[in-house]
Amino acid sequence: MSQPEAIISMKGVGKRFGKFEALKDIDLEIARGEVVVLLGPSGSGKSTLIRCINLLEEYDAGDVHVDGIRVEKGKKLQSVRQEVAMVFQAFNLFPNHTILDNVALGPVRVRKLSWKDARERARRLLDRVGIAEQAEKYPSQLSGGQQQRVGIARALAMEPRILLFDEPTSALDPEMVGEVLDVIKGLAGDGVTLVLVTHEMGFARQVADRIVFMEAGRIKEIAPPDDFFTATRNERARAFLDAVLNH
Amino acid sequence: MDIVSTFFNVDVLLRYYPLLLEGLWRTIALGVLSIVLGLIGGLLLAIARLYGAKPVRFLAIVYIDVFRAIPVLVWLVIVYYALPFLGVRLSAFASATTALTMISSAYTAEIYRAGIEAVPRGQFEAAQSIGLGSFDLMRDVVLPQAIRIVIPPLTNNSINVLKDTALASVVALPDLLKQATQAQALAANPTPLIGAAILYLILLLPLVRLVAVFEARYSRRGAR
Repeated sequence: MSQPEAIISMKGVGKRFGKFEALKDIDLEIARGEVVVLLGPSGSGKSTLIRCINLLEEYDAGDVHVDGIRVEKGKKLQSVRQEVAMVFQAFNLFPNHTILDNVALGPVRVRKLSWKDARERARRLLDRVGIAEQAEKYPSQLSGGQQQRVGIARALAMEPRILLFDEPTSALDPEMVGEVLDVIKGLAGDGVTLVLVTHEMGFARQVADRIVFMEAGRIKEIAPPDDFFTATRNERARAFLDAVLNH
Repeated sequence: MDIVSTFFNVDVLLRYYPLLLEGLWRTIALGVLSIVLGLIGGLLLAIARLYGAKPVRFLAIVYIDVFRAIPVLVWLVIVYYALPFLGVRLSAFASATTALTMISSAYTAEIYRAGIEAVPRGQFEAAQSIGLGSFDLMRDVVLPQAIRIVIPPLTNNSINVLKDTALASVVALPDLLKQATQAQALAANPTPLIGAAILYLILLLPLVRLVAVFEARYSRRGAR
């Protein structure tokens, strides 16, 4: 059983793609309101791990619990997904809906709000991420940074208890990374639990309560950011930091 | 007998014009009904084929393959002449609508499937991640994008269905072709046939053009 204070609990989670072991024996507990950043080289399983939390990826060993509910196919999956929102690397906005309706759609269909109320709330959220004036446009008319802020607003519209970020700035031009990171920073400490996969080291250090370092499908180290960045004793993590910080 | 009085005889045309028009409306009614029903049936089949439980999926595949393989005329004749032996007696119009719809559904199912499969995986994931159920996911996110992609082939298929309506003259449906052959026999002059051909062209040529316009438009949008 998961501890009561852990909103996400992973025990012995494993995942294979054919012969490739993407995740091996993952144990991780994340507390309510915590900000956890997953770091590691590409292919180390970070994205696969967070995609197991809302079952976009089906794990084939172990258990994942969200708020005490086992994450698995079936009737309860939708109620888990209503608590867990996700922001994607490629934004994945709905091209057939306006910006406003991208944000309003979830609340209308899932929370059964009227379009009028949902759009009103969507407008407030767009305001919060700084793009209220784009509300009537379509996703293809926005810059990458703006699209990703819509992606965040769409996730927030579900009033999730957990927000998953899968490399939210990796597909952005460098000058747009800051605007997205600023929005994410604004969410930390708001009571919502954040789990992020990112390659933005400075941001990770600033925002994280804990860093989870992964390599080859395993968690190699879990540490507070200052300890991790200045004093990791794990030699894989040391090599990773050397590679990303000194080039 | 010169060519004009044989093939373009104005007197004959004026006399049998009402007959041809009557046939034209019947052809249009049969075509439009079969197209619309085929579009609905095809969508249901495509969804069964992609997301149904295993036996449902299997049945959908069998249906789609069989009805793409069987010649329209053969199936039409079976519906009209063979089903009465089972006690199912359909009018010529109902038989033609049934046969055309069943075959059109099989083709449109494959077109929809291609469209649904062309919608990026990230769209499904984004819809799932905000908690949409499979009905909302299809209606609000996937199908609008999928249908947009397949508008040109769907239009093409609709043209084929309209053309295939002419086969209904075989089961004595007084469609455009049947009326024309009848008029030709009565007038002992082939002008009504030429008139029918021209009416078919007036009906179908704009649609053929439309496919080209759609193809240009949607491939351009798709490139963004």
